[in-house]
Amino acid sequence: MEDWLKDVKPLTVKGQIAMPYTWSVGETGSSFLVALRDQTKILASRCDACGTVYVPPRKNCPKCFTDIQGSMEVGPEGTVEAFTIVRQGHPLHPAKAPFAYVLVRLDGSDVGFLHIVRDDWDKLAVGCRVKALFRAQRTGHILDIDTFQVI
Amino acid sequence: MERIAVVGVAQTPYERRKREQTYYDMVYDVTRRALEDAGYSLDDIDNVITISNDFWDGRTISSMAVQEAAGAHDKNVSTVEGDGTFGAFYGAMRVLAGFRTTLVVAHSKGSEGDPRFITNGMFDPIYHRPLGIDAIASAALQASAYMSRFGATEEQFALVSVKNHGNAKRNPHAQLPMDLTVEDVMRSRKIADPLKLLDCSPVSDGAAALVIASESAAKRARTRPVWIKGIAHCAEAYFLGDRDLANPLALKEAARKAYGMAGITDPRKEIHVVELYDAFSYMEPLWLEGMGFCEAGQGVRITEMGTTAMGGEMPVNPSGGVLSAHPVMVAGLARIIEAVLQLRGEAGARQVEGARTALAHGINGPCGQSHCVWILGGE
Repeated sequence: MEDWLKDVKPLTVKGQIAMPYTWSVGETGSSFLVALRDQTKILASRCDACGTVYVPPRKNCPKCFTDIQGSMEVGPEGTVEAFTIVRQGHPLHPAKAPFAYVLVRLDGSDVGFLHIVRDDWDKLAVGCRVKALFRAQRTGHILDIDTFQVI
Repeated sequence: MERIAVVGVAQTPYERRKREQTYYDMVYDVTRRALEDAGYSLDDIDNVITISNDFWDGRTISSMAVQEAAGAHDKNVSTVEGDGTFGAFYGAMRVLAGFRTTLVVAHSKGSEGDPRFITNGMFDPIYHRPLGIDAIASAALQASAYMSRFGATEEQFALVSVKNHGNAKRNPHAQLPMDLTVEDVMRSRKIADPLKLLDCSPVSDGAAALVIASESAAKRARTRPVWIKGIAHCAEAYFLGDRDLANPLALKEAARKAYGMAGITDPRKEIHVVELYDAFSYMEPLWLEGMGFCEAGQGVRITEMGTTAMGGEMPVNPSGGVLSAHPVMVAGLARIIEAVLQLRGEAGARQVEGARTALAHGINGPCGQSHCVWILGGE
């Protein structure tokens, strides 16, 4: 039998999916983003059962599966738990590469807080101290914290 | 647990770009060949599990588009969106629930989308996605946490890449068989410190399928059955910062349960070959620790000692692992398939002599949020 596909040159078709969403932030998340925007404060919440202080704040403790009441302020300083320096730029990035991602244990909290370090990333080390710097123009967004800075 | 077995397997060669095949074509190809391997016809298949992801396929309810390619026309078909080990787990449960046979098939074409956009999409859209974080950057954070906790070095991670790309030379399905040195890995392009290009798995296209059968259905198969002795999975927190990234608790729990089912009390002695999900070089030692093959922080040490090399006490990733081909979701099925081939004694030039019990492993979510552990036995 002759191979009827022997001489075919495979084509490709270009396309793109760009779908708008409007995600609800929820009450707990909204209190966090509003505090960033209006007070330049970082809010957390504490589980009364296990004592874990979560940032961003949670409405329920994922470990204890119980409700969490109330919020508290943490940071704006903290200690680096892990970091990486991103060398290659991509349109997704909020900063020009090279820049760093950090997991910061904000003072008063018990979990890592993910954010970026725009400058002085060459001074980063696990265990080093950093501080959140806020943007002048804030909109109620995670990037109202412009960056963490090594102190 | 009743005795159930893997009786048929098939996989495509894994390649950077399969321009000549749609994902429908790949699914059809491996489905046909898995049936042939089992010596079954489509009539012998009671139900089908497809494994796919809408973002990777660029199509919503992507599973619907491959059901006929998977031989599911007029059959009971269900879908898992996640790694192949989890899809096969569901397939195994369906056999335990009363189906005689399940066909499990996974496909992925990493070449068709943009892995950075797609993996960014797995993160929380309010707190994390706007930061641009993706699979590689989050893995780099885990590598950083692991290094600082135990003093592991980039050179030690590089040894894993050297070993696994070297193993891939004996696997005709692998995408990246390579002769490397630690220096080659160390000099490769920095992506996200401490990860360099050769610490990272490639973008891959491919598909894989397997047939799971009850003991009575397995007797009709052409192949020597490979018995599923223990299977378990476990998940932990979604947010990276809520986890201890250097201590894979979900893997420890999944391994403990799977060992319990399989009656394994000393995994290092009782398991002869391991196929695990090394999407990045550092993951292999970290997962070995989680599986209880060594103490915390000693994973790099047993790599240095050659324990995990071909010819070592317990070869890890004789196939070349995920570092040598990373068709997302398919990769976990590829781990199971390699374990099956090893236990059948059909692994060719990479055969681990005397392998009677194997571990296959897959992960879901960033930095191994959940883990699935399979214990397979040839007897």
